[in-house]
Amino acid sequence: MSSANPDMRSPSPNDVVSGHPGVVKLLQTALPARCVITDPLAKKPFETDGLTAVKQVPWVVVLPETVEQVRAVLRICRDNRVPLVARGAGTGLSGGARPAADGVLLGLSKLSRILEIDPDNRIARVEPGVRNLAISEAAAQYGLYYAPDPSSQIACSIGGNVAENSGGVHCLKYGLTVHNVLGLKLVTIEGDELTLGGETLDSPGYDLLALFNGSEGMLGIVTEITVRLLPIPSTKRLVLVAFDTLDGAADAVGKIIASGIVPAGLEMMDKRAIAAAEAFVGAGYPTDAAAILLCELDGTHDEVEEQCAQVLRLMRALSATEIRASRDDAERERMWLGRKAAFPAVGRLAPDYYCMDGTIPRARLGEVLRAIEKLSEQFGLAVANVFHAGDGNLHPLILYDANAPGELHKAEQMGGEILALCVAVGGTVTGEHGVGVEKLDAMCGQFAAPELEQFHKLKAAFDPAGLLNPGKAVPTLARCAEIGGMHVHGGKISFPDIERF
Amino acid sequence: MARDRDDSERLLAAVAMAVAHDKPLAICGRGSKTFLGPPAIGDMLAIGDHSGVVDYRHDELVLTARAGTPLVELRRILAAHQQMMAFDPPTFAGDGSLGGAIATGLSGPGRPWYGALRDAVLGIELINGRAERLKFGGQVMKNVAGYDVSRLMAGAFGTLGVLLEISVKVMPRPQFESTRVFAIDRDTAHANVVAWARTPLPLSATCHADGVLHVRLSGTEKGVRAAATTIGGDELSHAGEFWDALRDQTHPFFGAGRCYRVALPPAAKYPPLDGAWLTEWGGAQRWFRSNAAREQIDVAVRKLGGHTTEFRRPTVPQPFDKGALKYYRRLKDAFDPKAIFNRGRLFQEIGQEATDEVTR
Repeated sequence: MSSANPDMRSPSPNDVVSGHPGVVKLLQTALPARCVITDPLAKKPFETDGLTAVKQVPWVVVLPETVEQVRAVLRICRDNRVPLVARGAGTGLSGGARPAADGVLLGLSKLSRILEIDPDNRIARVEPGVRNLAISEAAAQYGLYYAPDPSSQIACSIGGNVAENSGGVHCLKYGLTVHNVLGLKLVTIEGDELTLGGETLDSPGYDLLALFNGSEGMLGIVTEITVRLLPIPSTKRLVLVAFDTLDGAADAVGKIIASGIVPAGLEMMDKRAIAAAEAFVGAGYPTDAAAILLCELDGTHDEVEEQCAQVLRLMRALSATEIRASRDDAERERMWLGRKAAFPAVGRLAPDYYCMDGTIPRARLGEVLRAIEKLSEQFGLAVANVFHAGDGNLHPLILYDANAPGELHKAEQMGGEILALCVAVGGTVTGEHGVGVEKLDAMCGQFAAPELEQFHKLKAAFDPAGLLNPGKAVPTLARCAEIGGMHVHGGKISFPDIERF
Repeated sequence: MARDRDDSERLLAAVAMAVAHDKPLAICGRGSKTFLGPPAIGDMLAIGDHSGVVDYRHDELVLTARAGTPLVELRRILAAHQQMMAFDPPTFAGDGSLGGAIATGLSGPGRPWYGALRDAVLGIELINGRAERLKFGGQVMKNVAGYDVSRLMAGAFGTLGVLLEISVKVMPRPQFESTRVFAIDRDTAHANVVAWARTPLPLSATCHADGVLHVRLSGTEKGVRAAATTIGGDELSHAGEFWDALRDQTHPFFGAGRCYRVALPPAAKYPPLDGAWLTEWGGAQRWFRSNAAREQIDVAVRKLGGHTTEFRRPTVPQPFDKGALKYYRRLKDAFDPKAIFNRGRLFQEIGQEATDEVTR
């Protein structure tokens, strides 16, 4: 996917980068030769993250192997005013790790040691390049696991999870990354080393720990992470419920939540997603349903049995067309298969898809899904919906063909409309993928000028020179003014006197 | 019944006036937690009249209320829908406002299992030190648009802005609870609790003091009964009163005299100091009554990976690590450049910094 959005456009080959004289030499002095990449071919894999529409070959890539080397890179960038973009595993979906053309790309994948697992304190202390799933794998011998499970968990790094405040399927009960990180060690661009939190449940002073989660690499470089581990639930069961209307499924979500049950996961798929998943993996989903819900319950045996009975009772009282509960783990995994393969399955329906990520109040689910259907007709682009219904976190997948003239632009426009809709019903433009470069314009619709200004001031408190991940996460006021989409609270504030930059 | 009243225009005007005249303001909710830390300098800005629930949809698990709304009022409204603020903020004198709870950031006995107050904060509206009215976060569970300013307000003691409205995640009340009591010494209790916390039991609170361990189990009836059989102990009736007394510190352990809050890794052993301990949060929050020198306690606790707060005594600010303090001051400046709000409440503002820096 290429883009009409200026931040998402690939630079033309004529975009010559002058670079920063002497800086490569400094990096090569501070780091082993194998850690500094300047060869154009070797740099190529770093040109994009999971938002593949956005490509930018970095000026130089560094892959430090020690925290000492990270410090050195930060020092060199600060002294020479070189932009610095941190990158984890490169699985992010909002272009947050798009390199700067004249900057250093700091890959943290080689800092991949699990430093400690302390089962009595139920924590793991890890380096930022450790893969999300690797933490649970290492903790399993103690009957413990790390709860947040973004769909990329097999590949994504915990450092990237912190930067994006990543979610996953089980956030409803176990929270986002911010709820599961107890401590961070980080280095600021000014070279200060901060230890936030640790193994205690809180720390005195401002909650910088919360602030750093989801800060998209804008405030500092994390070098060590302490996460909390949870006991692996002894029992898990999955209930599948099918409905012949989207509203029926949406109502059922509210009914389950209102009944006092907090499921471990509560996912929804619409007809197009069900059909795609069935054709791809044959999970046994009812293809004639308008929507299915997947409701996972976990805990002790007795607890799960009781909750499962309650959910079945609730669902029978609704207009469900089919209700099924897993009888054992093998069946449960089979039932999950279609959901877990949903994105690649939808990927087979069209040459390209554009994955959106808005959150809305759950009560507006039915209404918003209908509005998305209307947009789909209006733009002439099909949409498949696979999402975290329990959190109200939507992932509409807009199907298009990048080779068909104008389709990409249409897909982006439609995506923008969907995000505007999320804001209009009281939601947000990003639930778990982050703003990166992708949603800069959408941010203009969610925040008013003084709020964006406050964000910029907060950023400047940590990075006054603006060297860390420049141009990401928060749009400039000038940009918002240009697109004419600035959010105005109560029709009062215009911003005639603001600086345009 | 609290009044449903929007007092935000008056608060905004008061802040604008204070900013224009460089006059500091001491923000006051319902005054129940003024004993925490040193007092703020300046004219009082009372938020108590800015009160009432703005939005509550029980099937969304979200409640939005004005900062001056009394916590007891919120508890009453939530209970009518079998819901609760799972972070269970203390209401020390039976009073306290939602804004005050957010500003002080304290959580109740269920914190390790239900999450902290800051975990439940979803969105806020505030007035910053430029007299601007700003909204961050929202009413949805998952939201990563912009920096997490909402959670930054939790525990900031009102030094970054005047909170107007807060949206918090609420939770269903457990269907069934049981509190098990054991006559057992401190170290055995600690070892048991640490071992239980490693297993998927429906724990929701623990407390050990004076040779007695209390363990609360919360969940479905069958699940809780099965867990009660697993851990043993005797059933406590009217257990709610016990946990409320612990939360609000009317438990007999919290008498007169010095009391320190000691945060430790839950399994950390007890520092070798003379005094009496009350241990909750599975070992992560311990209360210590002792005549030992503050310095001595600090050193011993820090050695075990923890930190100490002298709780009920207006005193000089908590000594902060010098590296963090630099960024605290810059954050303060980013939100409140003239240091109008709660000056001196959390740390000494720029220009007065000589006294409170320590190098660790």
